[in-house]
Amino acid sequence: MTANERRDGRTRLPLPVLALAIIAILFFALPLLGLLMRAPWGSAWEYLTTDEVRTALKLSLICSLWATGLSIVFGVPLAWLLAKVAFRGSAAVRALCTLSMVLPPVVGGVALFAALGRRGIVGQYLDQWLGIRLPFTTAGVVIAQTFVAMPFLVITVEAALRQLDDRVEDAARTLGGSRWYTFRRVTLPAIRPALGAGAVLAWARALGEFGATITFAGNFPGTTQTMPLAVYLALETNPEEAIMLALVLITISFVVLVLLRDRWFGRRQVQTYEMQTYQLQNYDAVG
Amino acid sequence: MTLSADVGVRLGSLDLQAELEVRDGELLALLGPNGAGKSTILRALAGLQPLDSGRIVIDEIAVDEPATETFIPPEHRSVGVVFQDYLLFQHMSVLENVAFGLRARKTPKADARRLAAEWIERVGLTDYADDRPHALSGGQAQRVALARALATGPRVLLLDEPLAALDVGARAGLRRELRQHLDSFDGMRVLVTHDPVDAYALADRVAIVSEGRIAQVGTLADVTAHPRSRYVADLVGVNLVAGRVVDGVLTTVSGAAVVIADAPNGPSLAVIKPHSITLVRAPDPGSSVRNVWPGTVVDVDRLGDRVRIGLGGVLPLTAEITTAALEQLELRPGDEIHATAKATDIEVYPA
Repeated sequence: MTANERRDGRTRLPLPVLALAIIAILFFALPLLGLLMRAPWGSAWEYLTTDEVRTALKLSLICSLWATGLSIVFGVPLAWLLAKVAFRGSAAVRALCTLSMVLPPVVGGVALFAALGRRGIVGQYLDQWLGIRLPFTTAGVVIAQTFVAMPFLVITVEAALRQLDDRVEDAARTLGGSRWYTFRRVTLPAIRPALGAGAVLAWARALGEFGATITFAGNFPGTTQTMPLAVYLALETNPEEAIMLALVLITISFVVLVLLRDRWFGRRQVQTYEMQTYQLQNYDAVG
Repeated sequence: MTLSADVGVRLGSLDLQAELEVRDGELLALLGPNGAGKSTILRALAGLQPLDSGRIVIDEIAVDEPATETFIPPEHRSVGVVFQDYLLFQHMSVLENVAFGLRARKTPKADARRLAAEWIERVGLTDYADDRPHALSGGQAQRVALARALATGPRVLLLDEPLAALDVGARAGLRRELRQHLDSFDGMRVLVTHDPVDAYALADRVAIVSEGRIAQVGTLADVTAHPRSRYVADLVGVNLVAGRVVDGVLTTVSGAAVVIADAPNGPSLAVIKPHSITLVRAPDPGSSVRNVWPGTVVDVDRLGDRVRIGLGGVLPLTAEITTAALEQLELRPGDEIHATAKATDIEVYPA
């Protein structure tokens, strides 16, 4: 270590490590750069204002927000159960409920068919008794997206609930708060940053969902063709359009992240979030 | 109007069997080392730890009695708790923290805020009402916790080591302040502490807790002077001498002088450990010992291989010597003797 380095208290990164890190950065930056350079900027407006694209975009936003909402409504209680209640087989339940994170999404779609398809173990009764058919409908898209997205919310919220000091809830009880009042006024606000991060993760996963959706809900413009499906379809017919659509998806994700970053996260949550986003990219690569 | 409890709880390796009673307006301190079960008793009284056996009665109403399957949950007991590290709600302002209990009990929002503001004024934190708890010092957080616990008007106030989270320098002043606030609450109070000085400053009576049992109950003066077991003697069997320090000498109301190593002037409490007192028939003029107090042997208590000698005189003291030393000195009640102690062996706390 030279005198200078000692003085400012920093250690220089070993050269091989630095080189590998830079390669990693390029690995992520180059695809984005490629999209930007190959984008047909001249005719961008025409591509983006076609009915097909607007329909797919609208459907994507509506379905992914529904999936996020359902993930919150069912995922927070599930996270609470996993974090706070010690019961036999809780590890197995956790594994089961987060399986779809590591499962190839196509497999998830097939599994949903087996359960909720017209001949599925539950789906046949939904059809016969209630006349509800989920496959190849917009509701089916929401189901498929929720199936793959909810675990991201569950693990994020569960971790936050575990870190929460139980005694803070005790304090609320001694002050006259019922269990429900304490949950609403103390527990929920305390995990709000994690809930926000988990919701964004789940939403991002739902927005990008492809495999389970195309398997379970098909690819019908207007009812089940979301943006990722439209991108895939366009790639076969018109690569320029595919690139524009991909850029739209990236822009939406980016804008939402920037907006939420200021709103919901302290610095630490942002770091956690970014770490998990990285994991998310990995899972997508698997699917 | 009393609180009486027969607390039976089994929790891991802790087997708690403790009976205690608190009278109206009284402050009982539960004194004992970590892990003795003090905090578990407090949690049981608050309803956070259901009893396995026994019974807790507050104002003639059983709030927990396994035999009759009676259990009133914490939110329906008239019990306020000040927790060890205060456990303020970090996402709420000071005012919202204090108003929480009232809001939880369905007090209309405007009334709750007005009452909370009154409590905040009473503990002198009006300027901080809109701040978040993390902006407060330890002492301020303690006052918010106290105001929050008292705002709902509980019959019983429980305090779990209220001074332990504060740094040593701030403790003496905050102890005095806490005492003023506690004196203004006329319900029943139970304080958990491991520090005899806290108990001395705040409590009317102490219950010594040891390994899940109440080893001894009484006034602190009584318990420190006459510990009934080796354990209690080691824990609290110290000489507490109150007086006023002027230039390195603490003078008691009866006129006894205790020379101490440096301490600030003002009302103080000196702690003299019985085993740091040496008994001599005749003082040695060549000794470096600064304190020599003449006294009369009042009683001789054997506790195992040691003997506690009670001394009467201007400065009543308890000294602890070995049985061998007792035999050598041939001490009998009524004997005139001198107690000596080095100034550096005496701890002094501002009172």
